[in-house]
Amino acid sequence: MNKKEKESWVIHLFFGITSLLMILPLLLVLIASLTDEQSILANGYSFFPEKFSLDAYHYLFILDPGVIFRSYGVTIIVTVVGTIVSLLLTAMLAYPLSRTTLPFRNAFAFFVFFTLLFNGGLVSWYLVYARFIDLRDTVWALIIPGLLLNGFNVLIMRTFFTTTIPPTMIEAAHIDGAGEARIFAQFVVPLSKPVFATIGLFNTIAYWNDWYNSLVFLSRAKFFSLQYMLNMSLLNIQFLSQNSQNTNAASLMQSTPQETMRMAMAIIGIGPILLAYPFFQKYFVKGLTIGAIKG
Amino acid sequence: MIDARQITSEFINEPVKKRSTIWKRVRQHRALYLMMLPAILYLLINNYLPMFGVIIAFKDINFTKGILHSEWVGFANFKYLFATTDAYVITRNTILYNLAFIIIGLITSVGIAILLNEIRSKISRFYQSALLLPYFISMVIVAYLLYGMLNPEYGFMNKTILPLLHIDPVYWYMEPKYWPLILILVNVWKGVGYSAIVYIASIVGIDQEYYEAAKIDGATKWQQIKHITIPLLVPIMTIMTLLAVGRIFYSDFGLFYQVPMNSGPLLPVTNTIDTYVYRGLMQLGDISMASAAGLYQSLVGFLLVLLSNYVVRKINRDNALF
Repeated sequence: MNKKEKESWVIHLFFGITSLLMILPLLLVLIASLTDEQSILANGYSFFPEKFSLDAYHYLFILDPGVIFRSYGVTIIVTVVGTIVSLLLTAMLAYPLSRTTLPFRNAFAFFVFFTLLFNGGLVSWYLVYARFIDLRDTVWALIIPGLLLNGFNVLIMRTFFTTTIPPTMIEAAHIDGAGEARIFAQFVVPLSKPVFATIGLFNTIAYWNDWYNSLVFLSRAKFFSLQYMLNMSLLNIQFLSQNSQNTNAASLMQSTPQETMRMAMAIIGIGPILLAYPFFQKYFVKGLTIGAIKG
Repeated sequence: MIDARQITSEFINEPVKKRSTIWKRVRQHRALYLMMLPAILYLLINNYLPMFGVIIAFKDINFTKGILHSEWVGFANFKYLFATTDAYVITRNTILYNLAFIIIGLITSVGIAILLNEIRSKISRFYQSALLLPYFISMVIVAYLLYGMLNPEYGFMNKTILPLLHIDPVYWYMEPKYWPLILILVNVWKGVGYSAIVYIASIVGIDQEYYEAAKIDGATKWQQIKHITIPLLVPIMTIMTLLAVGRIFYSDFGLFYQVPMNSGPLLPVTNTIDTYVYRGLMQLGDISMASAAGLYQSLVGFLLVLLSNYVVRKINRDNALF
């Protein structure tokens, strides 16, 4: 083995170990969720349990599916609606800002930019949504506060529009009699698929992973997002049975595998991301590179 | 950024003619303004309206009287806040954790970016995917993963690792002394893939001719890294660091609230300004105090952003934010 090969071996070893460190905590939880409760009570969470079992999933999906499916439903709806609306809002703000002919363009850009520098703090932000427009305990509380528009995304999109949409094309479309809305929908959007995919992905992840809005604005379990439901169950495993529509849930709980169920819930919460990850990972890396260019 | 003087002087010097042409241009673009309207309204409600709410920090809030009619108390809330030890603890925690995150994050992610760039094989795609994976996981799930490791009765540490080393089990969620290290590890674990990719993107952009010239001169790999790669990464390293410095008064609420599972005994090492404000608002109901802490955070944060932008501007004008 020559020196060069030796060096690359060391690097591969390093990345092999690092990659394992990234994945092992997840793997531990996955295996624990598939372990028999008795094995866990005896040996703790382990990568090599004595006995496997699907009891945790059986309970969550078949015996008492109410809580899980409801919060999944809430999260899916919120993610879909939130992503679409916020993508539209972002693009509809970023596109005019990219047009050099727009009067007061810089003033509006600063209006967006300033939100990144200074904020009024949690208290008054909370009061706006809790007292001024009362969104508490509605599904809107998961969609509207905070997540709908992010100044950074506006700046990324504006940069993309400025650098990829030729102004001469817009002028030509004007001369042909197309209105602004039409130019935007028929020329700009189709030419900007990469940035729409990137920002859409950012938004999807933000909505899917959000638990903060539930924590701050919701007190009843009806609209708890999946992540927040997981949070509650981590702190208090009884949470599931307390909020179940299944009247036998409390007695079912007595006989259920609580520790493995906790871990099964984590897997259920992360499942869709893990399944979709190989597909969007490539896109995301590209998007990050776009984002790294100054906005 | 808009130059207000220029616009007002335009109005003053040639009032009639200029105004009518500006007005005409505005009217011409009314479709574009209409397009922006929903987003502008949203920013007004979500971002600008709360800015006026900072007056709460100067009031003794009484909800039966309403925010506007509550009594002014001047700086009393701030005096009260800074008289407590809390103010010191949350400021210290917020700043020290952020400093650790910045320094350790910079070293690990630049190191990983350089090393990953050295391997030109298919498997580097796999490494990249694995490193980036934690970035997509929500803090709630991270809390679960850590719980799997640290649960006192069944966790992997207490049941498998510590017995191997003949160490007694540790009640992790009760022992503050371990948490600075744990939180730093979690932060690096979650974020290193993301920032490494930013650095990889700029390494890829480095002109190959530099390396070819260096190779002809007989430079070793290590010399190439030291004299070409790192110096050319310095601008982006500076920007990333200064941006982080500008946010040094803010902390990841999820990391400091969810990951330690809101455990009381850990508060001395997990309480930051963000978690303090949240607890003040939602759990203790001390709105004025929470608001005072929030304003302290926003103001100092704002000044730090301005300062770090000023420094970036001095170093390289193109990289400044404004």
